[in-house]
Amino acid sequence: MQSPAEIVQHSGGVIGVSWLMIALPLLGAAILLLGGRRTNKWGHFLGVAMSLGAFVVAVLSFVELLGLNPEDRRRAFELFEFIPGMVNMGMLIDPLSISFALLITGVGSLIHIYSIGYMSHDRDRRRFFAYLNLFVAAMLLLVLSDNYVGLFIGWEGVGLASYLLIGFWQHKPSAATAAQKAFIVNRVGDFGLLIGIFTIWTTFGSLAFADLTHQVTGQASEGTLTAIGLLLLLGACGKSAQLPLQSWLLDAMEGPTPVSALIHAATMVTAGVYLVVRSGAFFEAAPTAQLVVTIVGVATLLAGAIIGCAKDDIKKGLAGSTMSQIGYMMLGAGLGPAGYAFAIGHLITHGFFKANMFLGAGSVMHAMNDEVDMRRYGALFSVMKVTAVTFIIGYLAIIGFPLLSGYYTKEGIIETAMHHNEILGWLAVLGAGLTGFYMSRMVFMTFFGKKRWAEDAHPHESPAVMTVPLIILSIGSIGLGAYLVLGNRFLTFLSPAVGLPQPADMPEPHVFGVGPAALATLALVAAGAAFAWFRYGAAEVPAVAPRGSFLTTFARRDLYGDALNEALLMRPGQWLTRIAVFFDSRGVDGLVNGLAAGIGGTSGRLRRVQTGYVRSYALSILFGAAAVVGALLYVGNM
Amino acid sequence: MPWLSILMAVPVLGAVGVALLPKGSDKLAKQVALLVSLVVLGLTVAMAVQFSPNGNRFQFEEKYSWIPSFGVHYGVAVDGIALVLIALSAILVPIVILASWHDAEGAVAAPVRDAKGATETADVKTEVVPPKRSAKTYFALLLVLEAMMIGVFAATDIFLFYVFFEAMLIPMYFMIGSYGGVQRSYAAVKFLLYSLFGGLLMLVAVIALYVVAEKNTFMFPELIGAIQDPTTQKWLFAGFFIAFAIKAPLWPFHTWLPDAAAQAPAGAAVLLVGVLDKVGTYGMLRFCLELFPEASKFFTPLVIVLSVVGIIYGAIVAIGQTDMKRLIAYTSISHFGFIALGVFAMTQNAQSGATLYMVNHGFSTGALFLVAGFLIYRRGSAQIADYGGVQSVAPLLAGAFLIAGLSGLSLPGLAPFVSEFMVLIGTYERYAVPAIIGATGVILAAIYILWMYKRTMNGPTAESVKGFTDLNGREKWVVAPLIALIVAFGFYPKPLLDVINPAVDKTLTNAQVTDKQPVSTVAEKKGAGQ
Repeated sequence: MQSPAEIVQHSGGVIGVSWLMIALPLLGAAILLLGGRRTNKWGHFLGVAMSLGAFVVAVLSFVELLGLNPEDRRRAFELFEFIPGMVNMGMLIDPLSISFALLITGVGSLIHIYSIGYMSHDRDRRRFFAYLNLFVAAMLLLVLSDNYVGLFIGWEGVGLASYLLIGFWQHKPSAATAAQKAFIVNRVGDFGLLIGIFTIWTTFGSLAFADLTHQVTGQASEGTLTAIGLLLLLGACGKSAQLPLQSWLLDAMEGPTPVSALIHAATMVTAGVYLVVRSGAFFEAAPTAQLVVTIVGVATLLAGAIIGCAKDDIKKGLAGSTMSQIGYMMLGAGLGPAGYAFAIGHLITHGFFKANMFLGAGSVMHAMNDEVDMRRYGALFSVMKVTAVTFIIGYLAIIGFPLLSGYYTKEGIIETAMHHNEILGWLAVLGAGLTGFYMSRMVFMTFFGKKRWAEDAHPHESPAVMTVPLIILSIGSIGLGAYLVLGNRFLTFLSPAVGLPQPADMPEPHVFGVGPAALATLALVAAGAAFAWFRYGAAEVPAVAPRGSFLTTFARRDLYGDALNEALLMRPGQWLTRIAVFFDSRGVDGLVNGLAAGIGGTSGRLRRVQTGYVRSYALSILFGAAAVVGALLYVGNM
Repeated sequence: MPWLSILMAVPVLGAVGVALLPKGSDKLAKQVALLVSLVVLGLTVAMAVQFSPNGNRFQFEEKYSWIPSFGVHYGVAVDGIALVLIALSAILVPIVILASWHDAEGAVAAPVRDAKGATETADVKTEVVPPKRSAKTYFALLLVLEAMMIGVFAATDIFLFYVFFEAMLIPMYFMIGSYGGVQRSYAAVKFLLYSLFGGLLMLVAVIALYVVAEKNTFMFPELIGAIQDPTTQKWLFAGFFIAFAIKAPLWPFHTWLPDAAAQAPAGAAVLLVGVLDKVGTYGMLRFCLELFPEASKFFTPLVIVLSVVGIIYGAIVAIGQTDMKRLIAYTSISHFGFIALGVFAMTQNAQSGATLYMVNHGFSTGALFLVAGFLIYRRGSAQIADYGGVQSVAPLLAGAFLIAGLSGLSLPGLAPFVSEFMVLIGTYERYAVPAIIGATGVILAAIYILWMYKRTMNGPTAESVKGFTDLNGREKWVVAPLIALIVAFGFYPKPLLDVINPAVDKTLTNAQVTDKQPVSTVAEKKGAGQ
């Protein structure tokens, strides 16, 4: 195994101004929020320009990084002292962070452009772009910080942006509730991350990534490292909607669709995977924590897929799918250096094909008067060909159709998991089969079969400002996976940041790259797709959902996650609150009032007595005090 | 130059001037008061830039004999801790004066008007409580209070500190009792009784300290280390501590605060919670730890338990409140738990964090109370249920409320995060379990703030809210500086920490505590590199 390269302090070149990536969108957000209505006319262009500007800086930094020797490709530099004696704010540009920066600014810019069209009828479009810019800035702060505090600021910053954007249509109570739920559930995860950071600080006396190398972490006890790993994982579960903190993501679909694409599919929800990979120095020395990461990943990839099978709301179906795909990434991230490149690779390809499909869903909704129920779609292929074709490319990528992006990255995770632990591997294969079913179901219900449209629906293709981003994203959905995985290109590129695996940890290459696991996956996916065709393509789809079996209900209700939360946390919480409020007004206050009354002899009439009377009571205390002073002074002078 | 005396004299003279204005010149009174408070702020800034953080511990010292037979002095000076709290007071007072423009004209409400400013919407039921005293008196009281707030933080003579500690009650008592809401008399008296009771205990302890120390002086620097006997330390500690715990207030001495804050006019509530209550936590940090180091260590477990209970309890009770001002008051009880936790965790990070917390909490709670005040002024009710959908009609007001709220839940990027993070990480260095329990407060904070926000600002616009106007020019000037400070110190707390850190260092030295070192190696590696 080869450890990651050392982080070098260096602030020259384009990388030295890489903080512009954060500053530009932040400035955009500030101008749009403070500028008010004056900026309505051109606000969306400013938002796009700032995001594109950040993308340009990211590309230039990336090019500069490629020009360096691989072992010099980790550069950090300080921007300013944050908490003196504890932590300085600084940037870390290395293969891992720049990969994220390119994804965030690249896909982010496309989604900004798409939103010009999608939000054109919203009177608050300017505010929308302000929040999008704020999100991009916070997300870049998260991945580009050279320390855990900066990461945490970005971490909660994206949480804020997510809160604001889920609740963008805040006049809808459901949107406001979903936004609040997302923030609070995330805070549970953030609590874990916070304690994890505390433990890192008290154990190692530093929060900078440059100090926390494998050599350093190796010296702490395994118990401490396991604790750190599990605490960081709790944070990751909150942000990445992994079990048991998954419940907010499905509700988050209340936000405008570009938000779902950018934040709740392509970027923010993958931050948990980033955290685990960035903290590899802790996880790799704590096998128990790693094992838990893989278990969480597998459990979530199955849970998300099951939920995806039963949803009629196209966005919620995609949200279940996002949960599931992040489960794959989490599984990969739990496998150590052998899995990191596939996890991050899948994260990047997923960023493309899932954003592609979410924006495609948005395009469909745009055409269908914001209808989200797939039972009211059908036969849309002929009316919106660009949307349909790009969506189907994304669909083929996600189910792992050979040679498309998702095939390479997901197959890599499955093979590595299989090599590591067969149970995990076969469960991941099963998940892939489910993916084949629910994604095919979605495509058949939306684009094929018979029209089940509402009477006033007149679907049409979306304008170019929306379809061009779709086309670009679908190109990424086709070719990016092969580009990253073939010849271990991404593994090599990433290795200075995350290290290289031992050869023994890597699955053996198969002839033509197709082994038994891959064959089994393909067979299951094909079976899933065929079953979906049989149920939703060839057969009539009822416009109203049939009752369904116990299993269907289980999946429709999000595996009873909300019911569980309500029974275990919310109800008892409400009772606790009521009891505490009652106790506070009767118990504590009553006790103190009673005590005061008892001593003063006014027997509990404080609330009723005439003010003048009480005032003299106060005066008597004052005189009493004076008397005591006098006495003490007298005694003191004796 | 006797900076500190000037800082106190200017608002007192201003108060006299305001009080002597002829009847009916309320507007002039407000303008004069604002001007005076801005002069004080200017002078404070002028003084602060001359403060050298790594120079003498106490600077701008003044010391004159006051009651020679008892060794009482008029002794004032500041260290970094006192300086930032004086600066907090000097910043908040002009903002509060500007915000209180109409507070002294009647307790709760002006009728809600539509966009044209004329018709009253139908279903507004308000109880307007006329003030007992004139508006100009309110502003004179505010200025007197400012002088005392500066005095209490500047006093280096413990007797002088006690005098300010008690005298501050008087203007606040009248501000609540004469200009407050329906139950103002009850609230004002309750506030006064609690405080007097605490003050009495402290007075006894002050005198006893003087007698036992046998130094014939009340000067704080000379009394450090004067009490050696552990038992005596414990008794004296208890006297001081209970007074401060009531003032702060810590659980379970807190029940006066929600009543006082809910009944007080919004501006007075800001000064009460933002500054006056800090005298309690400041007193713990300054006097309890240094004068009674042994007793402080002895009582630390107890105080930490009280603090952690306060954090959780205050937050849970806040969640259940139906009245905005009471809710904010309970959140402050939770926050005071954090401050006391930081003070008694006895690490550099925790105590610097606690000091910073006192300042940041002043800004964030100040913003929250004032924006809530603007809201209440429009509707004539503090009940959360009387609102809904404000964001759709008054987006700026809602935005200000949200930012203030987010600072109340210590969102990273805003100032209170830095202090809460430092308190918790500093506590964790020594007391991991209390820090973990305390950190659950961050989850509860999200619940109480966002739920209040959702109920008042989101959803369909309530009928009675439809006529709301957005923030006017004066209100924007109230909110803007607070938000600017919250954001600026959120990203760059160093200027404050550079002043606070050396002072905390001295405190810890005198409290005979040293920081725990990290278990492992990075620090050693760094040390070797130097």
